[in-house]
Amino acid sequence: MTVELIQLLTPEGERVDNPEYPLDDVDIKGLYRDMVLVRRVDTEAISLQRQGELGIWASLLGQEAAQIGSGRALSQRDMAFPSYREHGVAWCRGLDPMKLLELFRGVSHGGWDPEEHKFHLYTIVIGDQTLHATGYAMGIQRDGAEDEAVIAYFGDGATSQGDVSEAFNFASVFNAPVVFFCQNNQWAISESNERQTRVPIYQRADGFGFSGVRVDGNDVLACYAVTRKALKAAREGQGPTLIEAFTYRMGAHTTTDDPTRYRVASELETWKLKDPIERVKSYLARTGEADAAFFEQVETEADELGKHIREACRAMPDPEPLSIFDNVYTGANAIVDAERAQFGAYLEQFEEAAR
Amino acid sequence: MSTGNTTKFTLSRALNEGLRRSLEKDPKVMIMGEDVGKLGGVFRVTDGLQKDFGEHRVVDTPLAESGIIGTAIGLALRGYRPVCEIQFDGFVFPATDQIISQLAKMRYRSKGQLTLPVTIRIPFGGGIGAVEHHSESPEVFFAHTAGLRVVACGDPADAYTMIQQSIECDDPVVFLEPKRRYWDKTDVDTSARVEDALPLHKARVVAEGSDVTLLTYGPLVRTCLEAAEAAREDDRRSIEVVDLRSLSPLDMETITVSVAKTGRCVVAHEAPVYVGLGAEIAARVTEQCFYHLEAPVLRVGGFATPYPASRLEDHYLPDLDRILDGVDRTFGF
Repeated sequence: MTVELIQLLTPEGERVDNPEYPLDDVDIKGLYRDMVLVRRVDTEAISLQRQGELGIWASLLGQEAAQIGSGRALSQRDMAFPSYREHGVAWCRGLDPMKLLELFRGVSHGGWDPEEHKFHLYTIVIGDQTLHATGYAMGIQRDGAEDEAVIAYFGDGATSQGDVSEAFNFASVFNAPVVFFCQNNQWAISESNERQTRVPIYQRADGFGFSGVRVDGNDVLACYAVTRKALKAAREGQGPTLIEAFTYRMGAHTTTDDPTRYRVASELETWKLKDPIERVKSYLARTGEADAAFFEQVETEADELGKHIREACRAMPDPEPLSIFDNVYTGANAIVDAERAQFGAYLEQFEEAAR
Repeated sequence: MSTGNTTKFTLSRALNEGLRRSLEKDPKVMIMGEDVGKLGGVFRVTDGLQKDFGEHRVVDTPLAESGIIGTAIGLALRGYRPVCEIQFDGFVFPATDQIISQLAKMRYRSKGQLTLPVTIRIPFGGGIGAVEHHSESPEVFFAHTAGLRVVACGDPADAYTMIQQSIECDDPVVFLEPKRRYWDKTDVDTSARVEDALPLHKARVVAEGSDVTLLTYGPLVRTCLEAAEAAREDDRRSIEVVDLRSLSPLDMETITVSVAKTGRCVVAHEAPVYVGLGAEIAARVTEQCFYHLEAPVLRVGGFATPYPASRLEDHYLPDLDRILDGVDRTFGF
């Protein structure tokens, strides 16, 4: 079984040309900046969790290229359906990182406007969003909108879920304009790839009747080019594509996890040599496309972003108790409304007693 | 206002007509499910709709319930109003993750920025001699899930209006159809405006009475009406029958007005009594009508067993006699 990997920038920072994936208009410095900044968001969030400011955080460390590359390949009108680790894609969609922190702090379940950012809410139940993405793409078909496509993000573990297979099948049967973007970060919490699949993930697309491609998930240029091509095909009515971004979760599954229990340290060391940010930095420095001032400026920007995140997170107020009852239904609901009134009166007693 | 354009329809045909009105009225309404297209659904509820509205609006889907609801959610996010058919009650469970974790909670999670006007039609209940998984009453799983509305129609007239109201409702609605009543025929006024119909969340007193309140829904509405008729003739007992129609939210107002009047209450449903809807109703009636009650609220329903093989279903399902036995017992206190 031959396994092909699309790579346009080697871990050493050497450009590789591939006529199928031309890179004419890409802003490599911009991609570098994005990756550095989202890594900083991630680092700050982990610290905030350690300090008790966040309940939990799902780190994207190591997956910056997969997320920024694919995220920047989206047009403004394309719709993204994330899992819960797509902080880099959120960044590309213009979502304030504080909105993500809201969720992990426990202030809300997300609560951003998905249509405003063309970025759906995070989905925690593994794989569910792949069907939503497919349905949304079916809606695009019905609208006759030829300049829109959908991208669904999920991980290697999700490929074991029935919903993901159903999404592949619905998308194929209806020829829906959706790109399935699987970040294979090698680990589903403690379970390795071997426990999820006996074939390379991208090859699964064959069985569903559409094409699959494996891309170096730590190569931001390849992720960008491959995703852009798949989205274009989707918009042009050529149906779905499965992209397997072959990457590595360099951190823990979440801040509650301890990867030393199930994987060896040398594995991480190997992947560190393939760091998605370092190779772009090498390329930019070596070719002279960026100078020291540029790298310094990005660092300064990252420091400012980090400071903002720390301050804004600590300043985030808890929601009002009675907001528990908001937005369960669109209108009045006798059962919920009665409970709201009862609980409100109950709380009122304490306020009266305190007066 | 009605112009009195009344036709005799089976419940199945009434639903078909209701769906047709909704498809005509709103181009965003679409129907999706297994065999809903050319075949017109296994109970013919969607008969002829694909021919008239096209394959893009009446969609035969792959055979995957989670896929049906999951893609319906995506379509609703895109502005469509999907009406999903789950072929039989027992087949809804593969879709419960999408229904409970996604469909029901989306509005809440998005702080009201997203609404999912999805209707899920489920033929439910027993009495047709079917094989297993074709006779169940799963309503309580959905009634227990905040964010969903759960309704059940009991006769063709309600079927006609309630399906349209459910589709127009911006909340997700689980719409339960009493499958053994699909062939029941009554007058349906197709010229009546949906706007003038009884609101979807309201219960309806379908037979007035003064001695005991009998609460029910779906397939047992007819059985309870027959029971009330028999009681009037044989026992000179006056039973007030209330068709709950909405199982979530419950219309406690209509229920308590009736129980305050009669002082007695029996709840009948096909679903198992244990942790069933009757338990919730009994608790609420006890809280709200305590000083009016002459007897504890009693429940008549399915047993705490899986649904039995069909040769036994006549014993399992509450029939006229078991319902009247419940009524009798409430007079024994």
